[in-house]
Amino acid sequence: MDPDPKKSKVLTSNLPNSNGSSHPHSPFPDEVLEKVLSLIDSHKDRNSVSLVCKDWYNAERWTRSNLFIGNCYSVSPEIVARRFTKIKSVTLKGKPRFSDFNMLPRDWGANVHSWMVTFAKAYPFLEELRLKRMRVSDQSMELLAKSFPHFRALSLSSCDGFTDDGLKAITTHCGNLTELDIQDSVTADIGGGWLSCFPENFSSLEILNFSSLSSEVSFEALERLVSRCRSLRVLKVNDIITLDQLQRLLVHAPLLTELGTGSFLQELTPRQYEDIESAFGNCKNLRVLSGLWDATSFYIPVLYGACSGLTFLNMSDTVLQSGELAKLLAHCPNLRRLWVTDSVGDKGLEAVGSSCPLLEELRVFPADPYDLDHRHGVTELGFLAVSRGCRKLRYVLYFCRRMTNAAVVTIVQNCPDFTHFRLCIMNPRQPDYLTNEPMDEAFGAVAKTCTKLQRLSVSGLLTDTTFEYIGKYAKNLETLSVAFAGSSDRGMQCVLEGCPKLRKLEIRDCPFGNAALLSGLKKYEMMRSLWMSACNLTMKGCRLLAREMPRLNVEVIKDEGSDEIQADKVYVYRSVAGPRQDAPPIVLTL
Amino acid sequence: MSGFSQKQKAELRRFPGSMVVVVVVGTNNNSRQGGSCTPQRGGGSGGGVISGGSMSTLSREENNMVVMSSEESSSFPDESELELGLGLSLGGGKAKNKPAAAAAAGGGSWDQYARILTAKDFPSVVSAKASSSSSSSSSVTKASNNGTCGTKRTAEPPSSPPGRSAVSQVVGWPPIRTYRMNSLANHAKSPVTEDFFSTADKCESKNIIVDKTNHGSNANNNVAKEKGRLKTSLFVKVNMDGIPIGRKVDLNAHSCYKTLAHALDDMFRPSAAVGAKRSNVEEQVLIAATRQPLRLLDGSSDFVLTYEDKEGDWMLVGDVPWEMFLNSVRRLRIMRTADVNGLGTHERNRKQSTGPI
Repeated sequence: MDPDPKKSKVLTSNLPNSNGSSHPHSPFPDEVLEKVLSLIDSHKDRNSVSLVCKDWYNAERWTRSNLFIGNCYSVSPEIVARRFTKIKSVTLKGKPRFSDFNMLPRDWGANVHSWMVTFAKAYPFLEELRLKRMRVSDQSMELLAKSFPHFRALSLSSCDGFTDDGLKAITTHCGNLTELDIQDSVTADIGGGWLSCFPENFSSLEILNFSSLSSEVSFEALERLVSRCRSLRVLKVNDIITLDQLQRLLVHAPLLTELGTGSFLQELTPRQYEDIESAFGNCKNLRVLSGLWDATSFYIPVLYGACSGLTFLNMSDTVLQSGELAKLLAHCPNLRRLWVTDSVGDKGLEAVGSSCPLLEELRVFPADPYDLDHRHGVTELGFLAVSRGCRKLRYVLYFCRRMTNAAVVTIVQNCPDFTHFRLCIMNPRQPDYLTNEPMDEAFGAVAKTCTKLQRLSVSGLLTDTTFEYIGKYAKNLETLSVAFAGSSDRGMQCVLEGCPKLRKLEIRDCPFGNAALLSGLKKYEMMRSLWMSACNLTMKGCRLLAREMPRLNVEVIKDEGSDEIQADKVYVYRSVAGPRQDAPPIVLTL
Repeated sequence: MSGFSQKQKAELRRFPGSMVVVVVVGTNNNSRQGGSCTPQRGGGSGGGVISGGSMSTLSREENNMVVMSSEESSSFPDESELELGLGLSLGGGKAKNKPAAAAAAGGGSWDQYARILTAKDFPSVVSAKASSSSSSSSSVTKASNNGTCGTKRTAEPPSSPPGRSAVSQVVGWPPIRTYRMNSLANHAKSPVTEDFFSTADKCESKNIIVDKTNHGSNANNNVAKEKGRLKTSLFVKVNMDGIPIGRKVDLNAHSCYKTLAHALDDMFRPSAAVGAKRSNVEEQVLIAATRQPLRLLDGSSDFVLTYEDKEGDWMLVGDVPWEMFLNSVRRLRIMRTADVNGLGTHERNRKQSTGPI
């Protein structure tokens, strides 16, 4: 959304007169411009605004309060602190996504500490910090807890490096905390004493999520906390919490909108069963339900009373059978998002297709990723069944062991509105299991039919043809993940030349070499990052790239003992901060 | 799910060759290991482990392995069953001394899951590397001794092996987040399906349901199964020194220490379970403790069975009456006899560990 063209015309007509530093001829005093700009939230819009002219750049930077940095190494804390003065909320992302799959050394970087030190000085009014894939030490947490008196919200997604001590600092000192949200924590057993450190008069919490931390916490402390935080709307506990403990918590917080249960592994007396059932029945506001570890057919029915308003059901931590899922879904007429494991089978997905007409997002995770046995899991049939019944589907993540081109073609015809299509055929380079052909036509159909496609992950046996299709049709594509695919450099070149909106490209185990890498020379500055591992890149090619494009950081992670020629893992990203200083020895910046 | 304790870390450093978890071809620089590696979750290579003694029989030169620690007990029950306590394996597994270099180059058969390979398995390491630069998408097994998790196997197995897929050979594939892998490993499959019990090779059906530490009166109980059979179980975690993957055992399925020891013995000794094939070389390097019964209770083996009681103390199993033991046990650990002397102190340190290395 561009600023009003009329406004900008008036301003630009004044530009030749003003020398940029002051603007006496502008019809808009600073204050007005700033007031208008302060209403703009989207960081993309703000970035556009800041490019109009120097005055707008300044007005924008003085009014920005939410900072979003998609790659913590693309800019330095000092640069940020110089430019923006009134930041209240920061979102910072660190490691490349493949670190989720253990493809990076543990000390790779993305340590938040230098940012924390700068923020402590520059932004004393900081209220929110959201980190993804960053290393957060206890020291950083302590600094956080002590530096920002107005601090309200901490969200950590796939972060590591902290322990109980760090969290204790947060819970002890952040008296205005409304949100503590720890998702997908990589280190699970860090200790649970932090929960007991909330002061007795502390009552501001609205969001609490410790579901991915497996340490024991004091239930008594938790119960007291929940009962005095009257505004609590999101509560996601870990699997230490039992069903009857959960019941007691629910009694204190019937107004929850999001609930992550503990473990269902418990033998309840009939009385306890009734109690938990009615506790769930009282949760009239529940929109999101997750956790559900070890849920079995005997205990799942206790949930039924809470499901009528559910829009997001996350059963990916529980191994459900098709019948159990079907019965549960019958109680969830408003479901928009569903996450399950493939234990539900194609039959379970048929139930999804018939019970969830409003479904927009489906994620099917493998219950046993290493089992080649085709009897288990889901196939193309399940996906087809969902596509027939859920026409509004726009986000899918599907792990399967077999797929056909024909099925995918039909699926996208049924659901042309896909924005995120992530298909993982788990055996690398597996062809269409009926025709034995590559899966080119499948992804070609996705690219052609789904004009709104933003994110695509491909798999199976793929030749360059797939990438020709992608380059030709996927004009809105922003993120592409490729593994074990392609036949030559041409594949990657097609994508680099064809996808104008490409921001993130991650490639592993593909036959793309230096020519492919260098064909994107001009493009990488317009992207956030490129990852290539186990491809055919050499140090020479990477050095050339680094030399030609000084504003790109080209980092190579060498495997010790590998020769001097191969570039095993290459991470390329644009940066105004120059090469980073904190890379471990194993990471070479060229 | 806990990370490595201080003690375990110390052990790793002491037995550089022993806690091997990942297939590697590296330099001799084994000095730094353990600390900085992230687990080989995706590759499933977190499984293969050898207990202390086995690797020490190999010379440093021969043992061109880089040691990396793994995030221990979060592999899949299936996998751990096949890999626990197993010694070195050759990638191929079918032929006896088949060099896995062939396998690494995409030639051998990968009917194994994650195995430990040594330099022996890659006699043509140099040539393998040379050829890799021209090969189009196979990745030669390499790793860094700084703990990179860049270990890869060939991405191009010639045929899908029965039972275990090539999928398990590749690091970071299928692309599932560490958190989810941990969660899957810790919360085993549902017990309530016929399908489950009918598949004989699904040995993990015995290892179902996660134990819970107790809060209040909560016992670890199984729930009613579909068939209407109500069975109470008492599952506790069992870890064996040198093996990063933990197991679970139902104590209520036993009535005395002897059967428990026997069950643990079965669990942690290599067995002829699903698809497991070992070569002569493997047999040779298996330590005595794993070829023969662990004899956990009689004090004569290299290993000793201990448990953590309600107060958090680690005790020797067998001292108190069985029922009393059941009441107070929280988890089990098969310790090396050599380490038993430090029983009290080391375990205190253990509890202060702050996550994986």
